Amino acid sequence: MEDVKPQLFKVTVDGIEVEVEPGTTILQAARKIGPEVAPPAMCYYQPLKGSGGKCRACLVRVAAGSAKDPRPMPKLVASCITPVQDGMVVENTTNPQVLDARKGVVEFLLINHPLDCPVCDQAGECDLQNFAFDHGAANTRYEEERRTFDKHDLGPYVQLHMTRCILCYRCVFTADQITNKRVHGVLNRGDAAEIGTYIEKAIDNDFSGNVIDVCPVGALTDKTYRFKNRVWFTKPVDAHRDCPTCSGKVTLWYRGEEVIRVTARRNEWNEVTEFICNTCRFETKNTSDWVIEGPTKIARGSVISANKYRADLQKPAFGQRLAAAQYKTVDDTRDTSQLGIQQLPPERFNKSLPSATE
Amino acid sequence: MAIKVLTEHINVPGIETFDVYRKQGGYTAVEKALKTMTPDEVVEEVKKSGVRGRGGAGFPMGMKWSFLAKPEGVPRYLVCNADESEPGTFKDHYLMKTIPHLLIEGMIVSSFALGANKSFIYVRGELMYVIHILEKAIAEAKAAGFLGKNILGSGYDLELVVQPGGGAYICGEETALLESLEGKRGNPRNKPPFPAVKGLYQCPTVVNNVESIATTSWIVNHGGDAYAAIGIGRSTGTKLISASGHINKPGVYEIELGLPVEDFIYADEWCGGIRPGHKLKAVVAGGSSVPILPANLILKLGNGDKRLMSYESLSEGGFQTGTMLGSGGFIVFDETACIVRNTWNFSRFYHHESCGQCSPCREGTGWMEKVLHRIEYGHGNQHDIDLLVDVARRIEGNTICPLGDAAAWPVASAIRHFRDEFEWHITNPHEATQPGAVFKGDMALV
Ligand SMILES: Cc1cc2nc3c(=O)[nH]c(=O)nc-3n(C[C@H](O)[C@H](O)[C@H](O)COP(=O)(O)O)c2cc1C
Ligand code: SF4
Ligand code: FES
Repeated sequence: MEDVKPQLFKVTVDGIEVEVEPGTTILQAARKIGPEVAPPAMCYYQPLKGSGGKCRACLVRVAAGSAKDPRPMPKLVASCITPVQDGMVVENTTNPQVLDARKGVVEFLLINHPLDCPVCDQAGECDLQNFAFDHGAANTRYEEERRTFDKHDLGPYVQLHMTRCILCYRCVFTADQITNKRVHGVLNRGDAAEIGTYIEKAIDNDFSGNVIDVCPVGALTDKTYRFKNRVWFTKPVDAHRDCPTCSGKVTLWYRGEEVIRVTARRNEWNEVTEFICNTCRFETKNTSDWVIEGPTKIARGSVISANKYRADLQKPAFGQRLAAAQYKTVDDTRDTSQLGIQQLPPERFNKSLPSATE
Repeated sequence: MAIKVLTEHINVPGIETFDVYRKQGGYTAVEKALKTMTPDEVVEEVKKSGVRGRGGAGFPMGMKWSFLAKPEGVPRYLVCNADESEPGTFKDHYLMKTIPHLLIEGMIVSSFALGANKSFIYVRGELMYVIHILEKAIAEAKAAGFLGKNILGSGYDLELVVQPGGGAYICGEETALLESLEGKRGNPRNKPPFPAVKGLYQCPTVVNNVESIATTSWIVNHGGDAYAAIGIGRSTGTKLISASGHINKPGVYEIELGLPVEDFIYADEWCGGIRPGHKLKAVVAGGSSVPILPANLILKLGNGDKRLMSYESLSEGGFQTGTMLGSGGFIVFDETACIVRNTWNFSRFYHHESCGQCSPCREGTGWMEKVLHRIEYGHGNQHDIDLLVDVARRIEGNTICPLGDAAAWPVASAIRHFRDEFEWHITNPHEATQPGAVFKGDMALV
């Protein structure tokens, strides 16, 4: 019998063609091409079923729906949940409307987000920091008070800073899908919505620590690592051990000789590949507990990737290079001379900032 | 006297009871459909009628029905959207409390057409007394053999369930409604898949507004062609309009689509004119989410013709000079109304009702409300106006559900048509914040 291969769909993203299986999303097709054309994702998380569609960071324009029906789609679509069609033409970094909408999303996500990166444990490996750096404007137009929340204690391991939450729902899906008892959800509505364990019940099960890894910002952080160090002073090392509960494959984060943090391993899209148990994460911090494999390859999503934030070393973004070659203008030219200079009108300095640690 | 499809018998004493409703010719549509027609024939009549969804979007009902997937062995559902919470809209409420059997009859006919054996009416949670009225009506219909097993010996079974909502506007959005009906948090779903393919409990589902469903009895009784003969162009039939604001006779009116807006506002049969001694300043024609129009634009089209109460005529001119029929919430403002305050009030509503799933709506609605609040209370800056336009623009079209658009349009349109009023608030904060102060500058009052 002949091997029946599934028919592949041809998709073009920013002028680059790729072949993918039917059912693939635009985002996954773009990722297949490479990070240069992959839309940013703040809520989508490949390992979590049902994730995506919420943050709108990944909006793209579909310039042609398919070979059969080449009409453009009327609105920008969330690439993380929109399946490709054969012959689809997608514009991501080459479309000024997309870049403007994305700039808008950065702004929306930041208006209520405390700008407390200097004291936030997530700084340096924060998806929002990266997203804002890559796609945001250099100054703020928000003059109102930022929202605050009542404090909730999630138990001995996980620290919740609700003010930093961007409601990506990743932790909710994690709690739902990899832990057997659901204790975690979203309460309230609109910008008062907050994640919480219902009636402040601590999340107490073997895999609760994974919500820390899936959180794109500093809303859920590791209490055992809190304020211990800045991530860029630590050295990540892949290691494993025989664990009765999970795969035991982790990344150890060293400061000098000391393991100060254990996390799950991430792929190049900053997604956890295998979730790990709380014993590995919180209770196993001696080098002797682990079999060391070697230094972790950090692809992106961390300051540890060399010179990520060095403006003088920044190459113009891929989209700009491509756009310069193919199109006349594109609206995202970052004036690198302005980086680092906060051009805020003086009256904005008088506003009281929210307290750094809630 | 214009034809009344829905409200002909509404003033008959006791019409809320089964017996009186039946005496007025009620439930004949059920008899006709179940005894003499196939489900597809009912769908065909609804298609021919050209009736469009009355919940806001105006999507042709027959077409929506024909999209319903019909896989073997999977139940199909009809869900009636009775969550009516749009500010300015109160027609479904009125219909259900005064003539509940009209909806029940429509539900039976529609469920039969779609092959649904269990159908739901999702009622806004605040309307507990209406829920009791509907439940009583259902019990009466069941006792008379119009609901339950083997209705009228036709072999068709139908169970009707009334489900109170939790009091959230967002649960009027059809997929949030389905989530809520399933017992979950009322977050709108990403589409596709559309409810016609994967709706309630992942089964094919049709969601229709109360008024849409209520018209189906008349269509079955008189035929789709007779319905299509009413109205104008692609706006067939009649529409319930909830009229409120500075008019002499607020209330719910059933009008034939195509009635000139001017007649609707000034004729005694309907709103009866602006209250004595005052002039028309602006109208929100289709519920709080549609663009507000100043007096001259709501009454006349660009070419000088009268604007009509129809889907096409109201949206003539796009958003530059037009608006939408929406759900028919017709709010009239005279010259004493402050547009800034009103816009802030609408904005406050959308900020409060956003479900909070997607970033542009969750953050943008709150931002707009806060800026509008500042302007209204005398703390605005000149750059705030452009900021509002920009925020509205970046919400619109970029969200999961249309609540984002609904929040953006009133703000964008108010600034488009009443920009000098916003500027006056900003440049004269002291004057503008006096009790009862309103802008008295140049504007077209009628
Ligand atoms: C935020 C929001 C609120 C809505 N509220 C209602 C409502 O209260 N009642 C209603 O019938 N439709 C409402 N809709 C429209 C529904 O999503 C849906 O289009 C409608 O129920 C379909 O019925 P129809 O085709 O008969 O109009 C709302 C839509 C949105 C986006
Ligand atoms: S647009 Fe607003 S209401 Fe609709 S899904 Fe997004 S946050 Fe929720
Ligand atoms: S990543 Fe697609 S919407 Fe969030």
